[in-house]
Amino acid sequence: MASTERLLLSGNEAVALASLHAGVRLGTGYPGTPSTEILEAFSLIGGPAQWSPNEKVALEVALGVSFAGGRTLVTMKHVGVNVAADPLFTAAYIDLTGGLVLISADDPGMASSQNEQDNRHYARAAIVPMLEPSDSQEAYDFTLAAFELSERWRVPVILRMTTRICHAKTEVIPGEPRPSDMEPHFERDIPGRVMIPAYARPAHHKVRAKMEEIARWNEESGLNRIYPGDKSLGIIASGISVMHAREAAPDATVLALGLTWPLPMQMITDFVNSVDRCIVIEEGDHLLYEALTVAGLRVEGKPEMYRFSELNVSRVRRIIAGDVSPEAPRPRGKPPELCQGCSHREVFEALSRLDCIVSGDIGCYTLGVLPPFEAMDTCVCMGAAIGVGLGLRHVLPEAEARRVVSVIGDSTFVHSGLTGIAEMVYNPPPTGHVVLIVDNSTTAMTGRQEHPGTGRSLNHEPTNRMDFVAVCKAMGVKNVEVVDPQKDEAKFEEVLKDMMARDELSVLIAERPCILAAPLIRKLEKAEEEKRCAGSCAAAPVE
Amino acid sequence: MAVTNVVLAGLGGQGVVKASDLLSTTAFSSGLQVKKSEVHGMSQRGGSVTTDVRFGKQVLSPMVPMGEADFLMVFESSQVDINLGWLRPGGVLITPDLIPEGELKNRKSLNVALLGAASMVMDFSEQEWVAAIHHCFPPKLHAVNEHAFALGRKLGAELSRPEVIEGV
Ligand SMILES: Cc1ncc(C[n+]2csc(CCOP(=O)(O)OP(=O)(O)O)c2C)c(N)n1
Ligand code: SF4
Repeated sequence: MASTERLLLSGNEAVALASLHAGVRLGTGYPGTPSTEILEAFSLIGGPAQWSPNEKVALEVALGVSFAGGRTLVTMKHVGVNVAADPLFTAAYIDLTGGLVLISADDPGMASSQNEQDNRHYARAAIVPMLEPSDSQEAYDFTLAAFELSERWRVPVILRMTTRICHAKTEVIPGEPRPSDMEPHFERDIPGRVMIPAYARPAHHKVRAKMEEIARWNEESGLNRIYPGDKSLGIIASGISVMHAREAAPDATVLALGLTWPLPMQMITDFVNSVDRCIVIEEGDHLLYEALTVAGLRVEGKPEMYRFSELNVSRVRRIIAGDVSPEAPRPRGKPPELCQGCSHREVFEALSRLDCIVSGDIGCYTLGVLPPFEAMDTCVCMGAAIGVGLGLRHVLPEAEARRVVSVIGDSTFVHSGLTGIAEMVYNPPPTGHVVLIVDNSTTAMTGRQEHPGTGRSLNHEPTNRMDFVAVCKAMGVKNVEVVDPQKDEAKFEEVLKDMMARDELSVLIAERPCILAAPLIRKLEKAEEEKRCAGSCAAAPVE
Repeated sequence: MAVTNVVLAGLGGQGVVKASDLLSTTAFSSGLQVKKSEVHGMSQRGGSVTTDVRFGKQVLSPMVPMGEADFLMVFESSQVDINLGWLRPGGVLITPDLIPEGELKNRKSLNVALLGAASMVMDFSEQEWVAAIHHCFPPKLHAVNEHAFALGRKLGAELSRPEVIEGV
């Protein structure tokens, strides 16, 4: 690829291109805004990519790829890292082989998330290096750097992006492909990869030592930059805040941190000492400010009110001016609603008519909480519908317990609903329970991705399909029924009512494709059918 | 630091993001630096959508600060009032009223028609715009969008450029 080529790419597309140039052997992940387009773009330009049922499994598959000597990319939204945290914390102790880069796509301001957790905490807690690009060019450059860093120190590396990096399009001038020259093969390394206490104890010391080395290397890594300016004001920032700060204070001297964990403390100290006044501009928690203050550096942080939501140029101007007066509210637009014709509508109409206590979950169907339905009572995290519903059933008085229904989407069911069913079968409440799977044959919320229940892979090729009815029955659920809530609206409500009246365990599957996904599903099914027919005709004996 | 700020606003399904792609592609291929940013995620149709496009010699933040848009393009009348706060004094407001009902063969190409109108007061050549239409749409949609664009140019002939404010 010519190095003068200018491309206008989103941060997500830039990570995908860099992963291709890094020679990634397998990209894994689970959809989640704002990370979803990375694997899709990677697959589109020819990279091997697959959706996993959830983020934990995605990271585990990636670890296997790394142990085999292959480079691997794992993508997820910020809350996905919570799900993947168990393997992540121990992966840090392990000497990896192929480079492993985990994308954490954070959503400050919660454009499309249930919380605005700041995943910079994970670098510190899990003991892994973290890079934070400030535009698409850096997303491209840092992804390549992350693979090299990961292989050199044999550690997982987190590339932390945010909505305004993932979804903003900015210029990228790509470089030459830089794949690793390692060919996948198996090499046994028991003490390095089997984390029993005897091997994990030295491994903990080892990873701390690695981080100290990386911190020293980071002083000259070239991943942190100083934009020179007037010495009366110095600003330390990372990620998108670098851009807001440079615009808000065009005359200031700015230290833009790229490899933000472990920190280049000498470089930062010299910077702080070189300016009269030094402010840390960071989105989210006061992490950088706290780290520098603990190190004895005289820096200013931001007032507490700016911990919430995204930063932008106006807010950075206010931080610099110490302005804590109330901010003008942002214009509030029209909220999203379930599409006209969406089959979740009939489901929530029925739940509302039956006066159900709805233990809800995350997906398009969460919009059932808004008028005119207002038929959702709880929503915590993916998969919580089932556990929370069971807890309610166990403790509520009988008449109320009977009204409790757990509502969960098909993608969410595969992501983290199965263990909830195991709990239900193992610890059934006295009134039984009803789980309603709203199966619209896609992961609609994040832009219609495939999942194990659709029988199609990331790029819509046919693969094995997980059969929800068979799974629920095999796990020990007594009543399992499938009804189309739109075509058989009356029957749907009748079956639901009947299940609620019994003291038994029931799963009702409301099956009807999302109307936005339906045209593609029909096309794919038709193509499949034709292929099958052509195959069987060709195989038929000639008369 | 002459950066041009454009905010495009409308409802999901109206092609707001497509229009912003078209504008960014035009500006980018004319050699300028461009940053385009939007918040999307929800699949569902119908909620408010705004996207920011900024172009110039050097663009830093991808987000247009409140009250600093040189152009505010709104694709749905009900969304005009809530978005007025983006526009700077002397900035240009472009609303669907510019394109009378019935003038467009297909109201779906309103997004491109409004860009056609805006193109009359922006500094890109007609060829650059048309090249961007070809880049952003599949061939079977070229004709309808070129038609909408041309109509927008005709109806936008009366628009005046954003006022240059002294000392800013
Ligand atoms: C741990 C975690 N990963 C990913 C997401 C993003 N996310 C929210 S809901 C959802 C799946 C929605 O699909 P489905 O359950 O099938 O419901 P639908 O939107 O199709 O109605 C995803 C991927 C999240 N909120 N939390
Ligand atoms: S995108 Fe699909 S699932 Fe989501 S609201 Fe629209 S029709 Fe329903």
